[in-house]
Amino acid sequence: MKIIDSWRIGKKYGEVQALDDLTFSVNESEIFGFIGPDGAGKTTLFRIITTLLLPDEGKMRVLGVDVVRGFKELRRKTGYMPGRFSLYNDLTVQENLEFYATVFGTTVKENYDLIADIYSHIEPFRKRLAGKLSGGMKQKLALSCALIHKPSLLVLDEPTTGIDAVSRSEFWDLLGKLRKHRITVVVSTPYMDEAMRCDRVALIQNGKILSVDEPDKIRQGFSRKLFTIRSADKYSLITAVRKYPGTLTAYPFGETVHITFSGDLYDDSLFRYLEGMGIKDAVISEAEAGIEDRFLELMEKGATA
Amino acid sequence: MRTILYLIRKEFIQIFRNRFISKAIFAVPIIQMLILVPAVTFEIRNIDLCIIDNDYSSESRRLINKLEGSAFFRITFTTWSENEANDLMHKNKCRVILNIPSGFGRELGSGRPASLIASVDAINASVAQLSWAYLNGVITDLNRENSSAAKGSLVQSPPPIIEMTNRYWYNEKLDYKYYMLPGILVILVTAIGFLLAGLNMVREKEIGTIEQINVTPVRKHQFIIAKMVPFLIIGLIDLALGLLIGKLTFNIPFEGSIMLLFLGATLFLIAVLGMALLVSTLSSTQQQFMFVAFFFVIVFILMSGIFTPFESMPVWAQKFDLVNPVAWLIRINRMVMLKGSGINDISTELIALAIIALLSTLFAVLRYRKTV
Repeated sequence: MKIIDSWRIGKKYGEVQALDDLTFSVNESEIFGFIGPDGAGKTTLFRIITTLLLPDEGKMRVLGVDVVRGFKELRRKTGYMPGRFSLYNDLTVQENLEFYATVFGTTVKENYDLIADIYSHIEPFRKRLAGKLSGGMKQKLALSCALIHKPSLLVLDEPTTGIDAVSRSEFWDLLGKLRKHRITVVVSTPYMDEAMRCDRVALIQNGKILSVDEPDKIRQGFSRKLFTIRSADKYSLITAVRKYPGTLTAYPFGETVHITFSGDLYDDSLFRYLEGMGIKDAVISEAEAGIEDRFLELMEKGATA
Repeated sequence: MRTILYLIRKEFIQIFRNRFISKAIFAVPIIQMLILVPAVTFEIRNIDLCIIDNDYSSESRRLINKLEGSAFFRITFTTWSENEANDLMHKNKCRVILNIPSGFGRELGSGRPASLIASVDAINASVAQLSWAYLNGVITDLNRENSSAAKGSLVQSPPPIIEMTNRYWYNEKLDYKYYMLPGILVILVTAIGFLLAGLNMVREKEIGTIEQINVTPVRKHQFIIAKMVPFLIIGLIDLALGLLIGKLTFNIPFEGSIMLLFLGATLFLIAVLGMALLVSTLSSTQQQFMFVAFFFVIVFILMSGIFTPFESMPVWAQKFDLVNPVAWLIRINRMVMLKGSGINDISTELIALAIIALLSTLFAVLRYRKTV
């Protein structure tokens, strides 16, 4: 059985097409990631999956149940962590957890083994008000509350946005451990490096899915030769290479610029050109495409298509 | 049921963890009762009077002495200049100008009718009318004294006068506090019921916690009931506190049954809580809610008959008051506290409140959407 089966889902806000013809499916026990820029439609999609929003077009079945007709049943079986921290800041850690256990008709004790890995990190602070926790600890509490009723599907909307790098990595480790409890995780993130930690990812932009596959396969789908070029003055470098006639694409990438050429390769005229622009220290080397490169390539195609 | 109890428990924890609100819900009733009850009165006393005495006779002195002796007037100025008097009235230094023209004493002494001119500041119409009536009373008194003094010398006997005695029921001393206190109690409970509960609900929306609640299996009616019950209880406690202050501080009479009063207040609270939650389901920020709630509360209170007699309002306004819970409860409170009315006497009011309570709660539950 597919955990999520979405068929041509569409949603409009007035004139804006937030979601456009989304067809995809999510398998049991996998971590399925939605990667895309802000405003791509990730939150809208998640609100449909969690029965908070009705789709205008198409059909979606979650855990075999229609999201429109079976919302009552689904609310017992899914856990949702909204992008914004939505627990009670004026209740303590323990009170929040007990509250959500009770409204789902269960107790903390009953499902403690499920959250033990996560909750043990914040248990020493159980008497602290949730509002007084650090960002990373808030996320762990929110995750514990979303899991306390042993959902079959966990939906996490940008759980790591605004969290430091160490906490982010820790958070993904915890998600990985959920596999052994046969919990399917659907997660969205704007961070490309996190995409690699999903079993499968969907690249989403302007309400459309560009590609769905394992992250490695998406990466390998990159169709050109990629080079990385660096110089002390990155800003001048990128403006210069973008004007170079042989350049196809040039995107900033950390300290370097990722560049592709219309003939796939470059020649010495590139260096002569850069020197003419006053950049004498440019170093270029071949590079392996990351998922972000593939994403940018797909976006480019989407824009020209 | 366990869920509702747990939801209610959560609300109480949050209310009492909020340092400001937890104190304010008990401080507000005490302060409101101690300030509003003695301050809001329609008794008109100490009307500032300016006298232009151009006569300066023994007759005019007698008139001034009589006015000075009355509790209603306070002679703040005496002058000869009409311009100065007008100027004083213009500057709000006096409310009434009494002009005693020269020759007033001479005319009276010779048994001819004399005249006075009174100018009254009528910005507040009821103050103006009462000032005029008080002034008339003093003059009538004076006339009577004059005619009985003249009895011996005159052949003609004075015309017979009809004397009337009366008794004021339910509030023999005409103490305005007795009239206002039951109404102030209602204002108190309205503030708790309408504003606190509604704000609490919108706050969950504004900070986003409602999103997390909406994905849980909590039912709509469970959520609404859990939002109502804590404020119903707090409202009733505040009412008890208000009554206690009324008894201890102002010695307000309590003729009827306390249980009946609390029954009315319970129905009333459910009605305003339902309305408040209905408004809050329609607004998405606390600012929006406050603006609309302020409008409702002001309209309900000003049209409730607390300050102005219900019967003198226009017919359409009286019709509106059929859905005004404040108007119904003020009537119940006054009848139960001052008249000792029983359940049969106020059955109409109770039934009306019950219907408003039922409908507003029903609409609030129906209007509350877990799906956006």
